[in-house]
Amino acid sequence: MAAQLQFRDVTLGYDRHPAVHHLDGEVAPGALLAVVGPNGAGKSTLFRGLVGILKPLAGTILTGGLDVRDIAYLPQTVDIDRSFPISVFDFVGTGLWRRVGFFGGMGKDARGRIAQALAAVGLSGFENRTIGTLSGGQMQRMLFARVLLQDARLIVLDEPFNAIDSKTSADLLTLIQRWHAEKRTVLAALHDMDFVRAHFPEALLLARGQVAWGLTAEVLTAANLLEARRMCEAFDDSAAACAVEDAPSQAA
Amino acid sequence: MIYDALIAPFTEFEFMRRALAAVIALALGGAPIGVFLMLRRMSLVGDAMAHAILPGAAIGFLLSGLNLFAMTAGGLIAGFTVAILAGVVARTTELKEDASLATFYLASLALGVTIVSVKGTNIDLLHVLFGNILAMDDPTLLVIAFNATITLVVLAVIYRPLVIESVDPVFLRTVSRAGAPAHLAFLALVVVNLVNGFQALGTLLAVGLMILPAGIARFWSRDITGMICIAVVSAMVSGYAGLVLSFQTRVPSGPAIILVATLLYVGSVLFGNVRGVIRQMFPGRHLEA
Repeated sequence: MAAQLQFRDVTLGYDRHPAVHHLDGEVAPGALLAVVGPNGAGKSTLFRGLVGILKPLAGTILTGGLDVRDIAYLPQTVDIDRSFPISVFDFVGTGLWRRVGFFGGMGKDARGRIAQALAAVGLSGFENRTIGTLSGGQMQRMLFARVLLQDARLIVLDEPFNAIDSKTSADLLTLIQRWHAEKRTVLAALHDMDFVRAHFPEALLLARGQVAWGLTAEVLTAANLLEARRMCEAFDDSAAACAVEDAPSQAA
Repeated sequence: MIYDALIAPFTEFEFMRRALAAVIALALGGAPIGVFLMLRRMSLVGDAMAHAILPGAAIGFLLSGLNLFAMTAGGLIAGFTVAILAGVVARTTELKEDASLATFYLASLALGVTIVSVKGTNIDLLHVLFGNILAMDDPTLLVIAFNATITLVVLAVIYRPLVIESVDPVFLRTVSRAGAPAHLAFLALVVVNLVNGFQALGTLLAVGLMILPAGIARFWSRDITGMICIAVVSAMVSGYAGLVLSFQTRVPSGPAIILVATLLYVGSVLFGNVRGVIRQMFPGRHLEA
């Protein structure tokens, strides 16, 4: 089976400073992969590169022929203007972009899907509320509902359970498991190691570079975690150009 | 009596009918643009753009006198140049939109003032600065109606990406490339409507018929469709009442329209049912759930 995702010597970063350094690896279709690592390890940067917001400084990321619309991305620092006067129903409905695009009508079918997605995250009855009236947990539930509607082959969740209580986490985990059962590829950045051990079969331990990648039990060992903490160092303003032989950049 | 005051001016005088038609067209095009400017926190961008248009209009004026087509074309070119340059700089560098726009519009304004002073001042330039809605001839009316139509059509085309880009820009970037073109098209619409407005209200007040109705609408509706409708209606009401006011008194028409809109705005701030001042002072007992 061909890989869903291939990282070929990928370096991602800002102003030439790498945040993810020389990452190589593959993700199989239908994988449920936790990306773990200390703050500043490059998890969010990796995801931004993956969904095409950030161009790699070097190397290539292959998404197995997926269109951008086949990727659903839940960012961590959500740049959502919560004062914008849009209802929960309409906001979640934007997840149907792939289906309806610029002009497509929102027919009975689409409305039914939106209602189902809201029910799946436990937000039935919130349809006409404006998004500014939601609590943090409700906001996260709403964003999950939108991901649900995006119906994507690849789902990328950046710290989806930050500042979320255990009840909401449990509800949202059910959705992730449903996606996994539907053979979608799911990547999630997470901090709670026990949570990862309990629910994610595979893990990538990232600390600017790859520390370990594989079965969760083999990745999240005490030795690897210590190694990860050591590798996470600050940018060096006077760093020389990276001497490792770079593959020719094919930044798309 | 009431008929004499409110309706007779329009049945008796053709220039009043033309002015009314112009202000209705301006309200239809400008008010929805104003709502988006407000929601995208770009209210002052409209003002800056109004200044940016000045050199183009001045060049048009100096080249061909008080020719509205020349001034409109000049204004459009200057406005587009500034809007697009500012948009491109903001999207490709660290500089935010407001900062890059400020530099470009100030440069444009300085250029405009330079052109005017080198070629000598002219009383007619007051016409550019303050407009004259009571002197609408056929071609001018057609230009205004045409621009308003274009505005509504383009707005309909870019509506969805524009709304999504306003509320969640990162999401739009991950599902579509329509964000940047929609934003640039929107900036272009801002320019078109400013140029449209300055024939009637002048460069300085043109932005008033866009922003004030949007501010009014914010106090009466919680959703964007309602806001747009209320903004259009309040812009039309301001236009009509302003024309009547200026007909019955010595207040010039442009300022009269904006002053009426200001009154509506103050009333909305006080009495609006969405977080109006009075509503917040006397909110009533809290609810059960």
